[in-house]
Amino acid sequence: MTFELSHFTAAVVFSLCASTVFGITQRNNTRDMLRYGAYCFALFVGGVIVASWAMWLLKH
Amino acid sequence: MANVQNTAVKTAAATSNSMAVIAPLAGWLLPGLGHLIQRRWIRGLLLMLAVFIMFFAGLGMQGKVYGFNTGDLLDILGFVGDIGSGLLYFIARAMDWGAGNIQRAVADYGTKYIVVAGLLNIISAVDAYHIAIGKKQ
Repeated sequence: MTFELSHFTAAVVFSLCASTVFGITQRNNTRDMLRYGAYCFALFVGGVIVASWAMWLLKH
Repeated sequence: MANVQNTAVKTAAATSNSMAVIAPLAGWLLPGLGHLIQRRWIRGLLLMLAVFIMFFAGLGMQGKVYGFNTGDLLDILGFVGDIGSGLLYFIARAMDWGAGNIQRAVADYGTKYIVVAGLLNIISAVDAYHIAIGKKQ
């Protein structure tokens, strides 16, 4: 089975899975885990968007 | 009374010692199992789901599964990352999954997905160890 993900979708799926593991493993209680997981996810996706715009600006 | 307490403390210490070996090994072999055997059900299931999704999405994108090699440094590191997935890696190798496809740009993402799935699983196994030794709740 093969499937095609867009670059953005692939980055979001990656961010979601990595943030889940980071949140659970790097913090001690549930509340902090959720907050840290959300923080990592926001940084991952935010980083992708910033990098995309930077590449767009370099090209134009 | 003191004897009973001493025995209980020794038993608890022995259980903790054996769990400190079993939990990370189990967590490495099957993602999330290290947490599940310590009754961290939700954490274990979420970790299992995250690693499984990464690994199988990587395979779905026709990513490459590295075999043991002594060639290029990046290939060696790719193997080290991949083997972090434990049983998933051995199954993929046994089934000849993950041949890779250099004609698809997304296949390269798939390769990275598979490597990162292994690395995330190693982090999970270390976390299971920390729980076993009482460093984390």
